[in-house]
Amino acid sequence: MTNKVDNRQAAPWTEDWNVVNRPVEKIDSLGLATGVPAFTDDETFKDMLYGAILTSPHAHARIRRIDVSKAEALAGVHAVLFHGNVPRVPHTTAGQSYPEPSAYDTFMFDNKVRYVGDRVAAVAAETPERALEACRLIEVEYEELEPLLDPRRAMEPGAPVIHDEPDATVIIPMDYDPKRNLAAHVDFEIGSIEQGLAEADVHLEGEFETQYAQHCPIEPHITISYLDERGRVVIRTSTQVPFHVRRIVAACCQIPVGRIRVIKPRIGGGFGVKQEILLEDVCAMLTLRTGRPVKIEYSRSEEFVSSRTRHPSIIQLDLGLKRTGEMTAIKMDVLLNTGAYGSHALTVGSNCGAKVLPLYRSPNVAFNLNGVYTNLPVGGAYRGYGATQASFPMECLMDEAAEALGMDPIDLRLKNHITTGQTSDVFKALGEGRPGVEMIIGSCGLDECLKQGADAISWRERRGKPGDGPIRRGLGLAALMQGSSIPEIDMGAAFIKMNEDGSFNLLVGATDLGTGSDTVLAQIAAEVLTVDLDRIVVKSSDTDITPFDVGAYASSTTYLSGMAVKKAAARVRRQILEVAAKMKNKDPDDLSLKDGAVVGAGIEVPLWQVGTHSLYKEDQFQIAATASHVTHKSPPPFAAHFAEVAVDTETGHVQVVRYVAAVDCGTAINPQLAEGQTEGAVLNGISYALTEQYLFDSAGRMKNPHFRDYKIFSTVDLPSIETILVPTYEPTGPYGAKSVSEISINGPAPAIANAIYDAVGVRLRTIPFTPDKVLAAIEAQRKSHGT
Amino acid sequence: MQPKPIEEVTVTINGRKERLAVDPAKRLLDVLREDLGLTGTKEGCGKGECGACTVLIDGRPVNSCLVLVGSVDGHEVLTIEGLAQPDAAMHPVQQAFVEQGAIQCGFCTPGAVLTAVSLVDSQPAADEEAIRRYMAGNLCRCTGYTKIVSAVKTAYEILSERKGAGRRKKEC
Repeated sequence: MTNKVDNRQAAPWTEDWNVVNRPVEKIDSLGLATGVPAFTDDETFKDMLYGAILTSPHAHARIRRIDVSKAEALAGVHAVLFHGNVPRVPHTTAGQSYPEPSAYDTFMFDNKVRYVGDRVAAVAAETPERALEACRLIEVEYEELEPLLDPRRAMEPGAPVIHDEPDATVIIPMDYDPKRNLAAHVDFEIGSIEQGLAEADVHLEGEFETQYAQHCPIEPHITISYLDERGRVVIRTSTQVPFHVRRIVAACCQIPVGRIRVIKPRIGGGFGVKQEILLEDVCAMLTLRTGRPVKIEYSRSEEFVSSRTRHPSIIQLDLGLKRTGEMTAIKMDVLLNTGAYGSHALTVGSNCGAKVLPLYRSPNVAFNLNGVYTNLPVGGAYRGYGATQASFPMECLMDEAAEALGMDPIDLRLKNHITTGQTSDVFKALGEGRPGVEMIIGSCGLDECLKQGADAISWRERRGKPGDGPIRRGLGLAALMQGSSIPEIDMGAAFIKMNEDGSFNLLVGATDLGTGSDTVLAQIAAEVLTVDLDRIVVKSSDTDITPFDVGAYASSTTYLSGMAVKKAAARVRRQILEVAAKMKNKDPDDLSLKDGAVVGAGIEVPLWQVGTHSLYKEDQFQIAATASHVTHKSPPPFAAHFAEVAVDTETGHVQVVRYVAAVDCGTAINPQLAEGQTEGAVLNGISYALTEQYLFDSAGRMKNPHFRDYKIFSTVDLPSIETILVPTYEPTGPYGAKSVSEISINGPAPAIANAIYDAVGVRLRTIPFTPDKVLAAIEAQRKSHGT
Repeated sequence: MQPKPIEEVTVTINGRKERLAVDPAKRLLDVLREDLGLTGTKEGCGKGECGACTVLIDGRPVNSCLVLVGSVDGHEVLTIEGLAQPDAAMHPVQQAFVEQGAIQCGFCTPGAVLTAVSLVDSQPAADEEAIRRYMAGNLCRCTGYTKIVSAVKTAYEILSERKGAGRRKKEC
């Protein structure tokens, strides 16, 4: 048994647990450490063809003529796909539950291109080089159209219309007006903002901008498809959503769902970008056309340009507060740039409100979202999912509000934040493509997060002391919430069967994208069945074998799929007790499981005897159970983040010196993995706040699609990151768990912005805080102070 | 298609001398993965910017996506597959990565492990600053590196424990 003594904070209710809340080793880490074949590309397929995709050099153009004959005639080329020879099926690439709340505005190939990097055609050939050569032989005559590169202009009369095709549509009732480049719209008002602002003693407002960013999984997208012995299409793919891949590919290729099998091997990181069907439809179509295995993978530059990004946003925020610190009004106006397609536009945009506005109590709240098309790269799901964009203005303006009121920013948050037993009308007002679900907060450790985080970074002693000289120090904080799954939409299922040696197979649709969910789910099963972790054999994410799960997104796996596992395990436990009772002529209600044996009523039957009995001895049957889980809540995890920065006033360079993330994720099923999720999210957030950005030329072409010029942090840039897991118990989660993986990417931008203000007295409202921007702000301030 | 020039390249891979009949201009990364089936070495960018394809050439970490196989003629290449000892015991660096939770998706892990192996082999001790500098070429988007840095420290501890145990054994 690998359980170790854990010196992390242990809540009293965890005492009886043996596997849950223990930092057991990730079950796949040994294999990954030794490099065993595990990923999509680690298997070889006989007679495999290589796919390549021809992409658009123009931001906005109509394809007047396309001639693929030379490409088709090239030796070694087996298929060429373009809009003239594939079915035209409007769909969304967003891997969301059906009916998807994203516009059906995408086609496998179209006669129009809408951004530099958009698909034009695809080739399957015997070598990668030959496939690329064939792409070059495809003759395309473009009629260039005026590109729309500024989201602020998108809805102006006379702006170029990006989706002028008549068949772009939506399949749920939502505001969608492609003629005005409007991909998604939501608004609501609770109470009266006008009145709330009139009652306010202080009114803070500001416009904030967040930028394009990419997930940068170290493994770019890759898909291999082939036909099995019965002519079904098998898609082996680096995805977070195998079941959505199956459904969407079936639609695009016009074949039944039952003719497709999707296998998710280990995947090399996702962070949301693999919650998207980007290669699978083309790959499957090439296999259907050629009858041969086909592989398509994105290069790193294609990953930047042609996959998905974090939606950039322009957010106008207004806060009204009483002199006492009570909030009277919160008004948020979001202009979300969804790029050329509306993937996740409504839901990311809605989450700007849904995951940020409820954090603070206010009788008057208004929200307005316009998600607009532009001829730029496409937004998608990215860890944080809107909360990242909107936490930045909210937490910066809260810092300004505290200053205006002469309050400590911690105290202002303590005074206003939502807590256990409370609700917010926002929960009801904002759902994902439909009204939300009412919810009363069942657990909230934010007070404790604020307190412990402040102590760890010496907030009261060190804040407001920037020092002298060119390097100034500052502290800043941000308070955060997220959610755990999408209530009444997401579903996860698990199947468990018992073997004769007392081991169990756990089959889950849930998708481990490196997060460790296979381990976490096995821990939950092991805890219920009172066995060591190595007695649980996990198989996940194969649509032919495992039960359904919506996939790895919306911070749902531990909370939602974990509960499905817990329920399935409890059903298996009941069957075990019944078999043992029959074996020993006892009442099952007098029996229980303990340390891998049935005990009680004076008996002790090891599990292997129960398993063997059930399969071979008497009234044989398979001890097994399936359970599904849907939630009616999306309990927020909470966090308080604290950043200490050093700002070089001569160069504008900002260095994060120390970072403390205090997180309430309910019970951490695996504290080591929960820390790992937090550390990874924090560093990604810091990198986003300081360096990551897309640079475009005037024609809308990304100029920096590689790590040399798109800087993601490495070990030399790493500040000291301290994670504090503050235990709470969420009554609706498995063993009290809530989500953990997304929340901590939202903190760095506002915490660092506030720390920069503490250090040098300038407020930055545009991410990233690059040296030129910081220096310009410092110089502008010097000028205005006349020094 | 034009046939590509084939030459014999002799290279020691994971301790075994291989005589490869290959196009000398093929990337070492592709020879490892495609010709030798050593898929532990990963490709993340193909431009020498991410470190996922790191292998050790004569003990030094190199991005195998930037190396043409002809240039390693006569040299020794170590990949992740050659690291675990023949008795299947993990290398201290691998053990430390597993114990410290330094592996999430695991795609960068083989490269990061090999860079760390080269560090512990070449420097008897390294402080945190030195570890961070040495590991800077291996990008990881999952872990935030904190546990990777801890793992390298732990690897040094495991090594010194093993050395100590070896010495005690000798003294007996």
